Amino acid sequence: MDQTVSRRAEALKVQEIDVFTDTRDQLAHARAGAEARGLQDWLVCDVDAHHVETVSWAELCEYIEDPVIRHQALLYQQEKTGAPPYGLNGDLGLKYQDVGGRIPHQAGVREKVDDTSVHRDVTLTRRAMESLGVDYMVLFPTPMLTLGLHPQPEMEVYLGRAYNRWLIDRVLKADDRIKTLAYLPFNVPEEAERTVEEFAGQPGIIGFCVPSVRHKPVHHNDYMRTYAMLQERGLPIAFHAAYHWQDPSLATVNRFLGMHALGFVWCNMVHMTNWVLNGIPERFPGLKSIWVESGLAWIPFLMQRLDDQYLMRPSEAPHLTRRPSEYMRQNCWYTTQPMETSNMEALELTLKMINAETQLLFASDWPHFDFDLPQEIVDLPFLSETAKRNILGLNAARLFGLDPAVRKWR
Amino acid sequence: MEYHVGHPAEIAEGGRRVVSCDGVEIGVFRIGGALKAWHNVCPHRQGPVCQGRVYPRVTEPLQADGTTRTLAYDETRMQVACPWHGWEFDLATGASQGSRMKLRPARLRVTEEAVYVVL
Ligand code: FES
Repeated sequence: MDQTVSRRAEALKVQEIDVFTDTRDQLAHARAGAEARGLQDWLVCDVDAHHVETVSWAELCEYIEDPVIRHQALLYQQEKTGAPPYGLNGDLGLKYQDVGGRIPHQAGVREKVDDTSVHRDVTLTRRAMESLGVDYMVLFPTPMLTLGLHPQPEMEVYLGRAYNRWLIDRVLKADDRIKTLAYLPFNVPEEAERTVEEFAGQPGIIGFCVPSVRHKPVHHNDYMRTYAMLQERGLPIAFHAAYHWQDPSLATVNRFLGMHALGFVWCNMVHMTNWVLNGIPERFPGLKSIWVESGLAWIPFLMQRLDDQYLMRPSEAPHLTRRPSEYMRQNCWYTTQPMETSNMEALELTLKMINAETQLLFASDWPHFDFDLPQEIVDLPFLSETAKRNILGLNAARLFGLDPAVRKWR
Repeated sequence: MEYHVGHPAEIAEGGRRVVSCDGVEIGVFRIGGALKAWHNVCPHRQGPVCQGRVYPRVTEPLQADGTTRTLAYDETRMQVACPWHGWEFDLATGASQGSRMKLRPARLRVTEEAVYVVL
């Protein structure tokens, strides 16, 4: 007689994911996917992930160099009610990334952390690395990414330096798999130079980062010494994109979706245009620039647009000996995220046009709403395994001089 | 194979139970009185879609002159938002808002006393 056997279905520990859910539970499928694809044998460098530095703002303010500003900041943190963190400009309440609570990890990573032997951000970063199958993770700040628009240029100096020092001390020294590109206070060029002097070679510092939302031209003569210093030291410069709704060119955009889609690309398109047309790659051929968190679809557009225009007006770009797209392909590196995947043919062409096999660096952008997983690269149907391995980790290892030995899940 | 999920009354209207059936994860939801089961694997990038928050579908009613004034919730169309990247799926049909990809259904056997996932 046919008898149906029944077994007990086990209720999952987490029924509904929220801001308190452990990263490892939220990303359990990512870990399973990484294991299923054999990532234990692949070097994976995640060149752009984030932490929320303002959670530790009172701690960070202790690292402000200027004693008067430090005192002011600490009192502000202790006493001020109803105010955002000391000294930060930015988008105040316009933080709709979590889509009204639909994507909790973007709203907050408020899970329990018991280990008090290291900073909470070390534990959270380790959990993300373990879950995504990452060997090295490059951490960037979050609200500080709009400091380039601060009305007081010196605030970028105070807070940028405090951030660099705090991060090294509290986070980077604790785990040599966590890295950063130190914050460059680009609005004060001589302080940017000082920052390179001070932080190059410090624990976990593998390059320098210019948050891209700012109105200073990257080709200004004031920056040439900084570029020369970075070239001499073999350290990359990254332009990390962000959005800001105060940009007059976005003043008519009413949906966060539209503003985010454009804003994160626009800032880097402007800088890249200036970077190439003013011949920075000709002047500093050894300087490696990385274009972070603008996705990839903008690059073929800009390559074609600049090439066509350049050929009609070469006298306006006298430094160039090659077409703009050639500099963009040979002198520039790009991070993958958020990788546009709705048209695979377009993506394939994009990867060809940017010479992804050597120039593309995997980035997750965890814990943001549009984060990517390493498996997106592994699953691309049109890449060789060598190209995938390069994109996922080996390009970054070469660019940053990291040991290419796989370290995850050991 | 059948997997015993629980008593039908344990899943109230708007509620859910996400279970593992020997490693195969299934979300059982009660929507409009009926029980519906979906695999807990988002068609976007395999995220834990059934562990997402449930929202009514958002609409933007048009007035007769083509203008709009407020957003609204359509309580007859409940959607689960995948917690990884926010893709939204209709819990009654599995259809995604904006993509042709759908949730993968799972079979249920429901008696007066018990709900079973049939794999
Ligand atoms: S995996 Fe579900 S929305 Fe991306």
